[in-house]
Amino acid sequence: MRLWKSAWSAAIIIPAAFLAIFFLYPTATMLWRGIWDGGLDLGGVGNVLAESRTWKVVWQTVLQAALGTAGAILLGVPSAYILYRVRFPFQKVARAAATIPFVLPTVVVGVAFRALLGRGGPLEFLGLDQTVTAVVIALTYFNYAVVVRTVGTMWQTLDPRSAQAARTLGASPSRAFLTVTLPQLAPAIASAGAIVFLFCSTSYGLVRTLGSPGYGTLETEIWRETTAMLDTRTAAVLSILQVVIVILTLIVSEKLSSRTAGRLNLRSHHVSPIGKSDAPAAVFTGLVLVVLITSPIISLVARSLTVDGEWSLKNYRLLATSGQGFSGGSSVLEAIGNSLRIGLVATLISLAIGVPLALVLSRQVRGPLRTGQSFLSGAILLPLGVSAVTVGFGFSIALDSPPLDLRNSPLLIPIAQAVVALPLVVRSLTPTLSSIAPGRREAAATLGASPWRVLATIDGPFLVRGIGVAIGFAYATSLGEFGATSFLARPDTQTLPVMIVRLLGRPGGDNYGMAMAGAVILAILAAGIMAAAEAARKDPQ
Amino acid sequence: MKKTCASLALVMVLAACGSETEKTETVTILTHDSFGITEEQIAVFEEETGYELITIAPGDGGVLVNQLILNKDNPQADGVYGLDTFIVGTVLEEDLLDPYTSGNLPDSATDLVVDESLTPIDQGEVCINVDTAWFEENGIAEPETLEDLREPQYAELLALIDPVSSSPGFAFLAATVAEYGDDWEEYWTDLFAGGARIASGWSDAYYADFSGADGNGPYPLVLSYSSSPAAAPDTDYLPSTCVRQVEYAGVVSNAANPEGAQAFIDFMLTEDVQASIPNTMYMYPVDDSVALPEEWQESASLSGDPIIVDPGTIDRGGWLEAFTELR
Repeated sequence: MRLWKSAWSAAIIIPAAFLAIFFLYPTATMLWRGIWDGGLDLGGVGNVLAESRTWKVVWQTVLQAALGTAGAILLGVPSAYILYRVRFPFQKVARAAATIPFVLPTVVVGVAFRALLGRGGPLEFLGLDQTVTAVVIALTYFNYAVVVRTVGTMWQTLDPRSAQAARTLGASPSRAFLTVTLPQLAPAIASAGAIVFLFCSTSYGLVRTLGSPGYGTLETEIWRETTAMLDTRTAAVLSILQVVIVILTLIVSEKLSSRTAGRLNLRSHHVSPIGKSDAPAAVFTGLVLVVLITSPIISLVARSLTVDGEWSLKNYRLLATSGQGFSGGSSVLEAIGNSLRIGLVATLISLAIGVPLALVLSRQVRGPLRTGQSFLSGAILLPLGVSAVTVGFGFSIALDSPPLDLRNSPLLIPIAQAVVALPLVVRSLTPTLSSIAPGRREAAATLGASPWRVLATIDGPFLVRGIGVAIGFAYATSLGEFGATSFLARPDTQTLPVMIVRLLGRPGGDNYGMAMAGAVILAILAAGIMAAAEAARKDPQ
Repeated sequence: MKKTCASLALVMVLAACGSETEKTETVTILTHDSFGITEEQIAVFEEETGYELITIAPGDGGVLVNQLILNKDNPQADGVYGLDTFIVGTVLEEDLLDPYTSGNLPDSATDLVVDESLTPIDQGEVCINVDTAWFEENGIAEPETLEDLREPQYAELLALIDPVSSSPGFAFLAATVAEYGDDWEEYWTDLFAGGARIASGWSDAYYADFSGADGNGPYPLVLSYSSSPAAAPDTDYLPSTCVRQVEYAGVVSNAANPEGAQAFIDFMLTEDVQASIPNTMYMYPVDDSVALPEEWQESASLSGDPIIVDPGTIDRGGWLEAFTELR
């Protein structure tokens, strides 16, 4: 019992300490520099807050993020049903396809969309180039997978009998969905929605590549203030506004999920063969996958296989080289190796921290413990909502002296990526774990099972089921991570996304072709890892 | 106990990378993200000086300067490379570098020196590039000067780069201020009114917007470099639109290994590195006795009569604020 208690404490203390050292401390140091200049400088803060421009930027950020989130949920929920709740041939392929956008570097997504929507592109007639709409579509595209995965894995575990009962009592299918199924899915939707909203509100590459609709967003303004205007003070105030938005998002998400989250009696995995009544959702999902998800990818693949207007594998053959005018860096093949290795370390770190955390967060507790739990659950999402530039500079000024002089350490990049992946790991595990009826654990305990045995027999199977998705998310996030990684990059640890973006920034058609080929490989790797992690999972009996 | 000692030692090693014990052996250089020298060159440097070279490339010039400012009291790097004409003003104001004059500085580079703490390593020109084939096919005369671009018939063919997010973009903004003085805002208003596009970064403009190079974009005029035509047949640059950009290196104040940083600067000025700069970084050596690659000599030599911007006159914040208001 003593061992159980200390294990339980460690499960709280270690993740909390990890976040405190590798996220809160660097970020807070950076923000503090912005508002402290030999004394508290509230005047400077006031000046920034008094500017109408600041509020326009805040509005633009919130509006774009809200629309992007709404888009991802509207497209993602029906797809979650089709891809996870029913069964059809080539389903795994469809799931993998749905994941690809999430792991593409944002810059590549931006370029792919501009090729479709811009002047001379096949969709130019829509007039969407450089509009808020284009940014919102790209945000939806990018985050669709988060909703599909998070909601889909939850949906599989819902007991279909309550919806069936409603149908027997005369409810129409849509009524049964709206009154029975949707409320049961609400925690997962709210959880995914919060993550998507945070991703959208800190998106940098997409917003910049797709043009400048009106005022920038907080993230682009923070980059502008720090790297172009060299004004870390204003950047810090804007970062604080970002944090406020994160906290409000978390409160809303928490309210939405707790209002509806009855403890569900989850059974193992429910899938049924696809039926006639699934047709509308199936057609809708098919359209989303073909039109929205695959068309930019197809244009990307086609571009990677074209040299001077003819089909060729040359761009792929060049991957063993470091490209023209790029002879100093590692080759793309080496970058792939770096990415896979760094991603593995980052995944291990985020699992070591994330799994205990998910178990802690999913236990039902009361009183002050409950408050602590919500606080922790919110705190782990903060990394998604704080600018990469703030965290990056924070790392370099906060972790700069022994015993924590990590500035030149090879562990820095995996740690930074683990911080970014952690929210996804935890959030993909908790909805399933926390919907285990507490009665089942109590019943087991009453029957004499030790806490360890309860953990292994009640939580265990659900954990095992969720962990494949968590590993996939962690590895894929790490593979695609650009912001923090590029900030900390060293030539010997150059990752594939960083390499792609740098190749894009070099003159010469070969470099551009290699960037496209590299992006295709990145997509295949990430989708493959997702698919493999999922295939390896065992369904509990 | 043994185990504890071993893991403690491991933690210390991990934590102490680059600190105390290794100070005399490594030299850490902060570079912009386009930095590149070959493996062989690194080996030569390490063998000749006995230092292990570590380079960190966190971003463009702006990121470098901020990194230096923020770490002023406890610098991460010994030296810095990649600060250009358009950002060195801030570096000097903030007093971030120690004076150093390299014995390897070639004569041709002495007039590029703007301060004794900045050593010129390479240079380039930001110029309007033109898709010559497009102008031929359409029977339109190519523009020649900045003033020509202002005319609606050319402005609508022009893809520029946001000076806020990209260094060539800012270089061009500085060129227009140098040419037009207080009237620069009117110049840009005309460009925008005529339909000029602003891309967020160089690659976006050159690959997505420009009709030359890859042949996909709709704009036959693009902001790029005088070196770009070397890699793209049927394109050329407009010599009178060029603005000179010099990239400097320096020794960071309070550096742990200033001698190492000096050795690195000397090394960057050796003939071998200077000769490889066009291939590795797409810039021109500052040493004019070094021959340029053949294709550069044919279509991409420096314009010879560029717009020169004095770093001391640059009002970065003010210009960018005013520019943002124009859009």
